[in-house]
Formats: sequence, structure tokens, C-alpha cells
Amino acid sequence: MNHFEAFREREIVQRLTAEIRRISKRPVAFMEVCGGHTHAIRKFGIPSLLPEHITLLSGPGCPVCVSATSYVDQAVAYSRLPDVIIATFGDMIRIPGSTSSLDREKAAGHDIRIVWSALDAVKIARENPGKRVILLAIGFETTAPVTAGALQYAFNNKVENFFIYSAHKIMPPTMETLIDEGVPLDGYLAPGHVSTITGTSIYENIASKYGKACVIAGFEPVDILESILMLVRQVEEKKPSVEIQYRRVVRPEGNIPALRMMNEVYGLRDDWWRGLGILPASGLAPREKYARHDAERMIPVEVEETIEPKGCICGEVLKGVKKPVDCPLFGSVCTPATPAGACMVSPEGACQAWYKYEAKV
Amino acid sequence: MRKETILLGHGSGGRMSQELIRDLFMKHFGGEVLTAETDAALLELPPGITVFTTDSYVVSPLFFPGGDIGHLAVCGTVNDLAVSGGSPLALSASFILEEGLALEELERVVSSMAATAREAGVAIVTGDTKVVEHGSCDKLFINTAGIGVLDPQYRGISHARDVQPGDRIIVNGFLGDHGVAVLAARQHLDISGAIVSDAAPLNKMIGRVLEEKVPVRFMRDPTRGGLATLLCDLAERTSLGIELPESSLPVRPEVKNICEVFGFDPLYLANEGKVVMVVPAEDADRTVALLRQDPHGREACIIGTITHDHPGKVVMETEIGGRRIVDMLAGEQLPRIC
Repeated sequence: MNHFEAFREREIVQRLTAEIRRISKRPVAFMEVCGGHTHAIRKFGIPSLLPEHITLLSGPGCPVCVSATSYVDQAVAYSRLPDVIIATFGDMIRIPGSTSSLDREKAAGHDIRIVWSALDAVKIARENPGKRVILLAIGFETTAPVTAGALQYAFNNKVENFFIYSAHKIMPPTMETLIDEGVPLDGYLAPGHVSTITGTSIYENIASKYGKACVIAGFEPVDILESILMLVRQVEEKKPSVEIQYRRVVRPEGNIPALRMMNEVYGLRDDWWRGLGILPASGLAPREKYARHDAERMIPVEVEETIEPKGCICGEVLKGVKKPVDCPLFGSVCTPATPAGACMVSPEGACQAWYKYEAKV
Repeated sequence: MRKETILLGHGSGGRMSQELIRDLFMKHFGGEVLTAETDAALLELPPGITVFTTDSYVVSPLFFPGGDIGHLAVCGTVNDLAVSGGSPLALSASFILEEGLALEELERVVSSMAATAREAGVAIVTGDTKVVEHGSCDKLFINTAGIGVLDPQYRGISHARDVQPGDRIIVNGFLGDHGVAVLAARQHLDISGAIVSDAAPLNKMIGRVLEEKVPVRFMRDPTRGGLATLLCDLAERTSLGIELPESSLPVRPEVKNICEVFGFDPLYLANEGKVVMVVPAEDADRTVALLRQDPHGREACIIGTITHDHPGKVVMETEIGGRRIVDMLAGEQLPRIC
């Protein structure tokens, strides 16, 4: 009946954890770069099943967490313009900007709507021809093809009042930067859904140039534990490589039509990551051909000066060099109900996952 | 007077209001106290402690699989009285109507309220109607207040004063049905009626457990915030721990699947026909058996234990055998579910 159950079977879980304990000799730290993994690891209590010397670090893989405060500020500024409707995915509306947030603007009467898919935003544009509809396009390689598809659809069907404000980012530059910056990690639990689109080639450097283990992992407990086992094996045998655990979904070559669509619509640009600063060629912006649907080009707006929350260490948490509990604001000033930093807003953010599920009990 | 829609005049207090009250509310609610048309209802309460509660209902959409806003407005308030250990006796019903609301929709809601009140054995004894301009509310909001009496021996139930380590935690059936039913209706998901809201008046089922002298130590209904939020509050309030094996939680496979797709956690989904009871370990099986005698308690089961360990915290053994903390709901999983 429930197709998830096969991947949550206790017996298989026990077999995998026993095997991890058997072969894992030296202390290791693995980073999961996908927020979906962070959430699943905490929700199922996976750290409590691992030996003490295996550390799981949460990386910069939650799209709303890595988005810049200035991005929220600009979205807020757009929402205050006359005849604008902001279409956004749910979590974004609670991310604190410098002096406001989208949920506060919504409460003040500005038209901000939560959508479940990018095409819903195009539909809103069609139904409101007198308004400019701006989709807040966030996410990695997983969601970029989807907003690219919506943008292409609007372009081909002349939905002139549909715009995208892109904060799309790609994964490889940040994964390499973290190693360059000396974050102590032995391998990556690579993002399953990003890899569905990109295939394995984007991780080649991780193994060949940097000598780190890399396993593309699924999101169920059995997937995650099997991936950890594969990482441990690579480390113990000193044979770093790029392996796919999530074989039922990921192909080595990726999803070629989706990649083609993404490349047709978006080009690379330097982009700002919370905690990492500006990384070259790490963000996606609409190409010249699609300029008339690009909010940044077409809708000028004055944006307030950025103020970062005082004391918040989201940046270091996203790099994996500090744990959420190391933050002076964690659990006191900053909670899921009153988030100071972005990592506390999203269920995929490391801080909220720690707050909700705690590491070990 | 069967005009098709509600007009501002229906809230004027004049002739149109009078007609609406007589031809719609009186017709369905009836009853001696209401039809006396006094400014305030005159009630003679039996001896005991008076219990009194109020709740407003703003659910969207008005009609969803397994219920509607009217059914909910009676169940919610009746259950608040019942889980305090009280016997619900009378309700008030106040309506805020948006100009332009179809009269036919209002009548369906009112008739559903009347039917639910009859099932629960409570009378609707007073009420009010206001009409606001189009856009000032979303079709129809309802407030109900309820009054009942409580046998003084049950006064500890809502305070959780007598909860002790070793006590068992019981719930009367599947979790999360209401939250998912409303979500499905709102998102126009075609789940072919697979999941319907559990909204139901629980006073008769709870009454039976109390009549059989089960020493219930705590009761509450896991509505907004779901089971997780209720148990976290109980752990904090008692400074005791709660042990919650995930494998013992009754969740329909259909609900589990929808939660996986939408990223919801059934632990935090609202229920409108569920009660969580804490009873001494030796009374647990008997309580489950009593609950199962009622149509609203067929899937009753024991879900957890009160412990000395980890005071103030709810700890779950996950389905794969891991351990983690369960925390309260922060923010909204889904707005306007009741």
C-alpha cells in the first residue's frame, strides 16, 4: 500500500547500521548539501543510530537559507509597487529581510500569493491582465528547469505581464568552495534530486581533484544509511569516487531535456550565497532573449540598504563549520515561530531541523 | 422571502432580518428556549461546576469531505466542553455573513448544525446574525459558545494535575484525517473521497468512559497543532516525559502518502473528532475497549507512556528505530482548517 515502507524497514536499517559499525574505523565527517536530506536525517533520528565518530554536517542546500537578505528586500520592494502580484513558494514568505518580510507585507495588504508550481504563477498572470505578476524563482538545478518551462511558456504564449525574479543557484561551485575554504569533511552525501537533472559529471572534481568521497543519495532512511555506508567504504578503502545510491531515480547522464531547457532560458552569473559570499558563475539569470520577462531588467525598484541580523551565524552553519546550537540566538531569540535567520525558517534549514528534532536524545 | 443571496438588509435588524431568523434559523434550530425569542436565553442548569467555552470557525472551503463549517462549529465547541469532563447542554450560534452568500449554502450549513446538535444532544438556545459588505469576510464565519456542567470529581482532568509516570496515553482513532480532507478540498485533489474529515461530537463516547468510573487523569482534543503540540504542552505542564513509539501511531496509509507528497507531518495535522486521554496503566485496556464500543472510537489504541525520563520532553522512537525529540508546531502547517 505505502511504497515508502520498503525504504523504512527496521530490519534493513539494522543490517546497514551494523555494517557501518563493522567497517568504519576512523573518525569521519560527511556533509549533506541538500535540505531534504537534513530534514530526513533529523526526522528519522538517524544520528542516534550511527557510531559517535561519524559526524553529519548540514551544508548550504536549502534554497531559502542561502538566498541573500537583499533578495528578500528587493522582493519586499516589488510587493509594494502598484499593480504587482508576487507569486512565491511557501517558505520564502517568512524569511526576514532587513526591516520587513513578505508575510508582513501580505498582512499590510499587498498582493502576495503562495503557489505550488511555477505554472500557477503564469495562470495568475493570465487571470490578471492589468497586473504585473512576479514569480520569486528560487532553488537549485531541481527547480530551475521548472521555472524555465514556465518562462518559456509565457514567452511563447505572449503572457507579457509574467516576470521572474531569479535567485536560482547551481550546486557544484559551492561544493568545491567549501573544500577550498578548509571545511573539515571527508565526503559529500550528494543531493539526489539535483543529480536527477544534472547527472554525475558535476561531481567529478570532488573525487578526482579533491580526493573526497561522493555518493548521490535518496531521501528515505534506507537510502541515507546505505549512502553513508558507501561513503565510509570509499574513505576506509581510500578510493574516492562518484557513486550513485539513488539508482531508481538518478541516471549518470541526468535529464537531458530538462538541462537543455534550463540552458536555453538561463545563463550563468556570479551570485551571492549566505555564508560564502559571491561565488563566480554560481547563479542563473534569464538570457537576453527572455529579457522582457526578467523582473530585474524590466521593473526598476528602489531597495533599502541591507541590514544583516546581529549575532546570527547562519553563514557558518551553512558552511558546516558551526552547529546550530553554537549560535547565541538559537532557541532563545531565534525559534521557528520567531526566526532571526533564514536557516530557522525552512523545515529544510539546519537550524529548524535541529530545533525540531534535536541531534541525539 | 426565498431571495437567492444574502443582502446587507438581512443584517439590518429590520423586517428582512426577522424573516431570515424565522424562516431559516428558527425553522432548523427550533427548541423551546430559542423560539421564546427573548433577548437572552434563560437556562436552568443542573448542580455542578459550570463549564463555558467559545470558538470561532473560519474554515475554507465551507464544505469539505466529511463535513462543513456548521458541523465543525457544533463539534468543536461540544468537544471542548466534553474533554474538560463536562456534559454539554446548550450552545449559542453567531453568524457573520458576507453579502452575496447564496442562501442555499447558508441553509445547508444551518441544517447541518441542527443535525449535529441533535446528535450531540445539545440545544442551540441563542444566536445573532450580522451581514458585512462583499470582501469584508470570506462567505461565512461562525462563532459558537457552549455551556455545560462538570461533576466536581472531574475538575482535575483539564489541569493534568494527577498525571503520573507509567500512565498510558490513548487516542480514539486515526490522526490527521481532518487536516488532509480540508487540504484535498482546497487544492481540488481528486482523492475520490478516500479521506473524509473526522469531525464528530465526542460527548457521548467520553461520557461512557466517565460513567464506567475510569479514573481519567487528563483529556484534550488534538485540534490545531495536532497530537504533537498537545503532547508537548502536556509534558511541559506536568514536567514529566512522554515516550511515543512512531509505530504505535494510528495514521491511515492514504493520509501518510499525501503527507509525504506535500511535506506535512500527520503529528501536526488537525483533528476534529479525536480525544487524547491519559489513564493509569491498569485501566488502559479497559478504556480502549470502552472507546471501541462507540462509532467514533472504533480504532482507539494506546499510543504512548508518561515517564520519569527526559522531563518536559516528548521523545519518539522513529519507525526505523532512531530516537528524536518531538516539538510543538511553529507557525502554520495549513491555515484556516477550522
